[in-house]
Order: sequence, then structure tokens, then C-alpha cells
Amino acid sequence: MFLELFFQYLVAGLTYGTIYAIVGIGFNIVYNTTGIINFAQGEFVMLGGMIAVSLHSLLPLPIAIAAAVVLTMAIGALIEMTFIRWLVKPAVLRMIIITIGISILVREAALHLWGESVRSLPYFTGNEISAFSFGGVRVSPQVLWTLGICSVIVISLNLFFKYTMLGREMRACASNRDAAALCGIPTRNMVTLSFALAAGIGALAGAVVSPITQTSYSIGTGLAIKGFTVAILGGLGNSMAAVAAGFILGILESFSIWVMPTAYKDAIAITILLAMLFVRPSGLFGNKEAFRLKDF
Amino acid sequence: MKRYNHILILIAAVAGVQVLTAVLGKQFYLTQLTMTAYYCIAIVGLTLLMGFAGQISLGHAGFFAIGGYTSAVLTTLDLSQFKDSSIVSLLAKLFIVTSRQDLYGGQVLSFNPWAAFIIAIGLTLVIAYIIGIPVLKLKGHYLAMATLGFGTIIYSIVLGTQRFGAADGISSVPAFTLLPGLAVSGNTEFRVRNYYLAWTLVIGVMVLLINLINSRVGRALRAIHGAEDAAGAMGVDTARFKLNTFILSAALASMAGVFLTHYNGGIGPSEASIMKSVRYVAIVSVGGMGSLWGTLIMSTTLTFLSLRGYFGTFDDAVFGAILIVIMLFSPQGILQFDVKALLKKLLRKKE
Repeated sequence: MFLELFFQYLVAGLTYGTIYAIVGIGFNIVYNTTGIINFAQGEFVMLGGMIAVSLHSLLPLPIAIAAAVVLTMAIGALIEMTFIRWLVKPAVLRMIIITIGISILVREAALHLWGESVRSLPYFTGNEISAFSFGGVRVSPQVLWTLGICSVIVISLNLFFKYTMLGREMRACASNRDAAALCGIPTRNMVTLSFALAAGIGALAGAVVSPITQTSYSIGTGLAIKGFTVAILGGLGNSMAAVAAGFILGILESFSIWVMPTAYKDAIAITILLAMLFVRPSGLFGNKEAFRLKDF
Repeated sequence: MKRYNHILILIAAVAGVQVLTAVLGKQFYLTQLTMTAYYCIAIVGLTLLMGFAGQISLGHAGFFAIGGYTSAVLTTLDLSQFKDSSIVSLLAKLFIVTSRQDLYGGQVLSFNPWAAFIIAIGLTLVIAYIIGIPVLKLKGHYLAMATLGFGTIIYSIVLGTQRFGAADGISSVPAFTLLPGLAVSGNTEFRVRNYYLAWTLVIGVMVLLINLINSRVGRALRAIHGAEDAAGAMGVDTARFKLNTFILSAALASMAGVFLTHYNGGIGPSEASIMKSVRYVAIVSVGGMGSLWGTLIMSTTLTFLSLRGYFGTFDDAVFGAILIVIMLFSPQGILQFDVKALLKKLLRKKE
């Protein structure tokens, strides 16, 4: 019985962990190309879920989700083009404040558009009570969907950055923007693309997980803090480490219910965040030497 | 003496507004103006940290809440059942714990508001000190996130703890009698007195801060803001100056929290929320970081409009929009907005 419970918590932790990982990767993608932490990252997850739910009343599920992802990508690109593209070497403090402002505006717009109600997509297959059983551990099909789709996201992102021309151009832009521009890479477009990409993966994750966690206009801020924790835990700029860090945070959170009241569950991420920032800001898997050369 | 000209104008404005409301028979405005004054104290304190020391804090509502909640808990705590214990009777002898009548006429034994005020400020100083040492070593995004994290922790503690009233907050906080005949309370009878009391505090804080920024400390802070490494190389103890500024601005926020809690007769978790912290940052930005007077003017205007409910359901959205617009077009604050330069820029683009 103990072992079953253990695995049950483990599965729950993994599910949440993948979502945190996706948000963390979103932070990393934008940070790599711009040096900006996009505080509005969590709002993309919210938008993905909310738009998919709204579209689902008109369209079949897969098309609704695809449309939601495309729309959120467009919103992400639009945000970058209106607010960030034309700023010349903005100060960090200025960018922090602007992206916080954006996240508030997106959230308030969502509040006025969709109201305060909590929504969710239907389960992709089966329903709330259907479950696969793995040696006594019951796993909802939606958990498998979430894990599966998020793995696909991570793997295809990896392939995209490694093997496609566009992905390589983005990486060039990340490692040295001026040099990339000299090689004829349109660096500004790469920045827009990175916002769209971060928005897209966030939206997809938000839509896939919405049957389990549900979604409402206000989930963005919490996800942004957790995603940032994950990004820091793995080492800022390192997308693959964010996946491992996401699992660590998700599992820690889900096991914390054993020892702490659920009301304080959210404090774990922040405690980890603060501890990491104070003790080892380069991240668990980051290189201390390389970290010192980076500019914040 | 030139630096006090603005103070004189402020004193005249404070008195003028009161006379105006009396003449027009709209004294009810004074209630929001009093609350505005207390928020101004917190915001002006944040200006010192953001504008002069150049350190962002996205958790300042946390300090406001620490002050407000500490005072609220201690002054509403009923110690009657421990009356005979030696500690409580000792505290009672020192007038730290006093007996008073509650709303229903019963006798309660709870902390004297003065004692609660001092404990609240003391607690804030300790917390700000403990948090400040590690946090202020961070820069940029990391500093922003760490302070945001601090604010979030305070918010979730306040919201998740029964002792702090969870989502309801704490109500029926007694009046804070500063001097005989002068109490911080929401009683409409004392509205004018409270209005003057609050704004006198604002004036006091302004005088303190103006003198501070025109002193050696102020120059050191500006040097840190300009180039921290260079300031350090010139012999400025950057870590100490940053920490002291952080502690001072936390203490001001906490003081504002204590007074507003007594004035409103209660405090709720929304005072600790991230949105409140962001709002303070927004107002400091609009005022032009590094301008105490700019911040005071904008903070009075925006907070008053918000408290009167002029922004309706768009309250948060207004502050979000303000943040973006100011930071995009005029990072020096709205009062420094250079219309000519913008027009020139736009015209040049068309050519």
C-alpha cells in the first residue's frame, strides 16, 4: 500500500513537473535570444488553455488545440513586435517592468474576456474515472497524454535547435548576437520567433494539461514563478536541464503533501528558488565559471 | 533652505485641500486622502530603494503587510485568560498590555497599540535585515525574482494561516491613540484630525528623505545606482548602503501598514498580494525613478483615483498599462516626459 501511494504521488509529481519544465524551457528560449526574463511566460500557458476551451465549443478537439497554439504564438510574436522589438539595448530593470506590465494586461484581458470561472477541456480519451493500472498504480489516460505530448515537445525542440537551419540560426543568435547579425542572420526576427516558440510550447502544454489541472485567468503568475524556479534550478539558458529540474520540483511538491498542509505547497518552489539564488545561482547543472561571464 | 520650498508648498496644499473640501461640503474625500497618505509613505520609501539605490523590490507589499498584520494580531489578541500568568502581569505593569473595551462592551486584555507598533517595526527591521543580506547580493532579474518570491511567501502565509484570518483578514482593530485626543481611527468624527495626522507623517518622511538624499548617504546611493563596481572602488561600502536603504524603506512600508490598519480598523490579505507590490513599483516608475516629489505627486493622484474607484474593474489593468507605457516611452517618469524629443524622433522617421 505504501509503495502504491508512493508511485501515485510520483506520477502526480511527474505530471506537474512536465508543465513546469515546459514553462522553464520557454523562459530559456527567450532568455537565450534576448537576455530578457519574460515575466509573462506563464500567461501563455493560461492563454493556450483558455483559447482551446473556447474554440472547442465550435471545433473538434485536435483542431481547437492546434488553433489555440497558433493563436497564442501569434499573440507572443505580436507582444514582442509591439513592446520589445524597437527598444535599443534596454536596461534590465526596464525590461523586467515592461514584461510584468504585459503579464498584468494579458491577465486582465483574460479576466474581462472569460470571467473568473474555472474551465477545462474534456479528457482526450476516456474520462475522469477511467484509468490504466500498472501493478496497482492507477494512472489517468490524460496523464499519459500530458507526459507523451510534453516529451514530444522537448524532443522536437531539441531536434529543431540541432538540425534545422532556423534552429541553428537561433542558437547562433543566442551565443553571439552581433556575430550572428554579421553572418546575415536576421537577429530581430529570431527574437520574434523565440517569443512565438515560447508562447507556442506554453500554449500546447496549457491545453494538454487543462483537463487535469483546470485553467482560469489567474494561473499565469504562479506558473511563471515555478517555471522560473525550474529555469534557475537547471541553470538559466540550459533547456534540457530545465526538464530534469521540472521533474525535481514537481516530485518535491507532490511529496510535500505528506508532511505539510497543502496551503503551503506553493511555498516550496519559492523556497527552492531563494535557496538556489543565494547559494548557487548558476543552477544545479550549470557551470559556475561560465555563469560569471554572463550579464544580468 | 531652497530644498524646503517644496515642503512649504506641500503643507499649503494639504491645508488647502482640507479647506476646499470643508467649503464644498465634500469631507468624505478626506477619508480616501488619509488612506492615500499612508500608501504614499510606503511608496516614497520604495522610491529611495529603487530610484536612489537602484535596487528593485517586488515584495514591498510584504513589508506593508508584516507591519499591518503584526499590529492587528497583537492589538486584537485577547490575553484575559492568561491574566494571572507572571509574564502577562509583568507586561500589564509596563503598560505593554492594557485592558480595553471591545465592540460588544466586554473587557479584553491585549497589547497596547504603541507597544504593537514598536514590535511591528522591530520585527520588520529584523526580517528586512535577514532577507536583505542575501537578496541584495543579487542583481537584475535575480533580485526581482527573489523579492517577488519573498512577497509571495508572505502572501501565502497570510492567506493560509487561521491566526491571520486567512482570506477574511483581521477586523475590529482598535484605534491607535498616539497622544490623548489624537487617535488613528476611522471614526468620522475625527476625520479632519486623522487627515492632518497622516499628511504630517508624510511631510515628516519627506523631510527625512530629502535630507538623506542630499547628504553623504544620498551621494553614495546615487554612485551605487550609477555604477556599483566604481562606487565600491571609490571606497563606498556598497553592501552596507544597499542593506540600510532596504531596511529603511521596509520600515517605512511597515509603518504605513500599521497606521493604515488602525485607520481602516482591519487588514486583509490583498494588502500583501503581488499586485500591490507591482502597483507600488508602477507608481515609483511613473513618478520618475529617483524623484521623490514626482513619486509623491503621482502616488497621491493614482492612489486617490484608485481608492475612489474611478478605474472600476480596470483597476489592475490601468496600473499594468501605466507600467508599460511609462517604461516604453518615458523611463524617466511622466513629469520628465520630453514631448519635443518624441516629436523630433517621429518626424525624423518619416523623412
